[in-house]
Amino acid sequence: MNLLVTFRIALRALMANPLRSFLTVLGVVIGVAAVVAMVAIGEGAKAQVEASFASMGTDMLIVTSGSSRAGGMRGGAGSQPSLTWDDLTAIRAQAPAVRAATVDLRANATIASEETNWSSQIHGTSPEFFEVRRWPVERGQALTPADVTGASKVAVLGRTVVTELYGPDADPVGRTIRINNAPFAVVGVLQAKGQSPMGQDYDDVVYVPYTAFQSKIQGSPSKYVTGQILIAAAGGDTTRAQAQVETLLRERHRLGGEEEDDFSIRNLAEIASARQEGTQTMSLLLASIAAVSLLVGGIGIMNIMLVSVTERTREIGLRMAIGAKPNHVLAQFLVEAVVLSMAGGILGAALGCATALWVARQFEWSVALRADVLLMAMAFSMLVGVGFGLYPALKASRLQPIDALRSE
Amino acid sequence: MTAVPPPPLIALAGITKAYRMGDQTVWALRGVDLTIRRGEFVAIMGASGSGKSTLMNVIGCLDRPTAGVYRLAGREVGDLDRSTLADVRNRWIGFVFQSFNLLPRTSAQENVELPLVYAGVAARERADRARQALARVGLEARRHHRPNQLSGGQQQRVAIARALVARPPLLLADEPTGNLDSRTSLEVMALLQSLQAEGTTVALVTHEPDIAAFASRTIVMRDGRILTDRLQTPHDAAQALAAAPLPQPAPEPAPEPAP
Repeated sequence: MNLLVTFRIALRALMANPLRSFLTVLGVVIGVAAVVAMVAIGEGAKAQVEASFASMGTDMLIVTSGSSRAGGMRGGAGSQPSLTWDDLTAIRAQAPAVRAATVDLRANATIASEETNWSSQIHGTSPEFFEVRRWPVERGQALTPADVTGASKVAVLGRTVVTELYGPDADPVGRTIRINNAPFAVVGVLQAKGQSPMGQDYDDVVYVPYTAFQSKIQGSPSKYVTGQILIAAAGGDTTRAQAQVETLLRERHRLGGEEEDDFSIRNLAEIASARQEGTQTMSLLLASIAAVSLLVGGIGIMNIMLVSVTERTREIGLRMAIGAKPNHVLAQFLVEAVVLSMAGGILGAALGCATALWVARQFEWSVALRADVLLMAMAFSMLVGVGFGLYPALKASRLQPIDALRSE
Repeated sequence: MTAVPPPPLIALAGITKAYRMGDQTVWALRGVDLTIRRGEFVAIMGASGSGKSTLMNVIGCLDRPTAGVYRLAGREVGDLDRSTLADVRNRWIGFVFQSFNLLPRTSAQENVELPLVYAGVAARERADRARQALARVGLEARRHHRPNQLSGGQQQRVAIARALVARPPLLLADEPTGNLDSRTSLEVMALLQSLQAEGTTVALVTHEPDIAAFASRTIVMRDGRILTDRLQTPHDAAQALAAAPLPQPAPEPAPEPAP
């Protein structure tokens, strides 16, 4: 007796009670659908977070000045300038775990082209910046060391600024913009980078040499770094770089053992991995929801299979009388349970995909349908069929033919 | 010249069967010795509770005796496991029941094929043999009908086709005419007689003397023992059928197109 015949017998038995079969698998359908949809949406969100972290650069440290203290009032981070340009030089020279270090000074300013103007954020930085942030230029060139030493009035524009000042497809390299009325020559345009995880437009920026920033935008040079120091860790080992920078700065700032840091270091790799852990917790949660719903669905299947065995005791007796072995009966009911649960799995996967796609369209969320998740859902629903179908099938196969035939 | 006679098809010796009902033990069979040779047509009679059905179930390997030895074609079947017993039933015994026991929602053809499915016969051969068996009982044209589209007599003929499709040497019929009117009963008996004529051994449980009269041997049971066992000249069911007054046309279901 081959599997195909068994399968056809099972299908016929299930189709004898289509509504009952449908209601039986509904638990599995809803469970699998919920999991498939949730995983697709969760994976979509995760992919988005990952992409935005990748665009920021995750092997990065951000060092800012500490907070001021006036009377009992403490200012925010950076309110008490403590990082000096000499600190930057020392970090570059004395911390081997630092691959590159740069500064990021910021100010809002009005930028004017010949025709129009646009208010944007001006950043003063050094050539290393574009490497630390992994942000190449698309047209023209980036800042050079000579631009920094000579305080050249040159600017590299973000994509949004180009669009606002010159139009979407324009090439502004070689033209002149005015920042707070000071003329700057446009030397390059950065590749579009998109949005930050918080929705901020990375491309609405203008980069100039920090020396020119100090003299033309900030007004007066200072011995303090009035912004952030950005550090790329060698070999991606941000933990080691962080320790070295911390030790170095404490030494340079002559902080005793008990004193707090007068600067703060943020480790983007740690923030990113914390986010990853968050999504992992989410995945675990989804998996347990899946387990519970499949369990409930499996109990439903077991229940209905037991009813079916009782109802069809006479049929079992007849089959045994004309030659069905216990294994034949076992296989018949097991296949029936598996067909039920697999049908539930397939229906559920289809429903889950449809839900995810609908959510993606309706709310413009990004979703990621993964083939391995679909396969897992099917495999698990099959396991549920075997697991919960086994007891009823064993019960059927252990019937004595004469007792089964006599039952009403 | 060693002409060892073949063993009898059925040889029962000292068969007892006890059931426990609560604290009491009920003896359905209290020591039965019985030999049935190939080609016999045996009717087993008796009042209800006489043990005739239990005897039939033991002979059919559906039930195990409490004590005693049962040899089917010389082979002792008492110690066989469930799986082997299923094989024995499949190859040696065809069953016909009072209530037909056809699978619902399943065509006559597929019902008849069922024993061959468990015997592991290939699909094409199954279909051919089932069609032949249905032709043998005169229902080839209705092989695609389902049980609820057939009359009682037709259903019992499908059941007989199912019993003989695997060509077992032994046909067991438990009150096969119990749910049929007298004319249809005669049809079924004529069919069983013609199967016997072709060499099948038939054993039949009935409480109707009219039906037992078509057998060549009648055994009467009482209180779990054989009361009488005698050979007789069987009545001819085909003749009785021809002589029977033609009834009002049997309310057969209107012919329906095959599904």
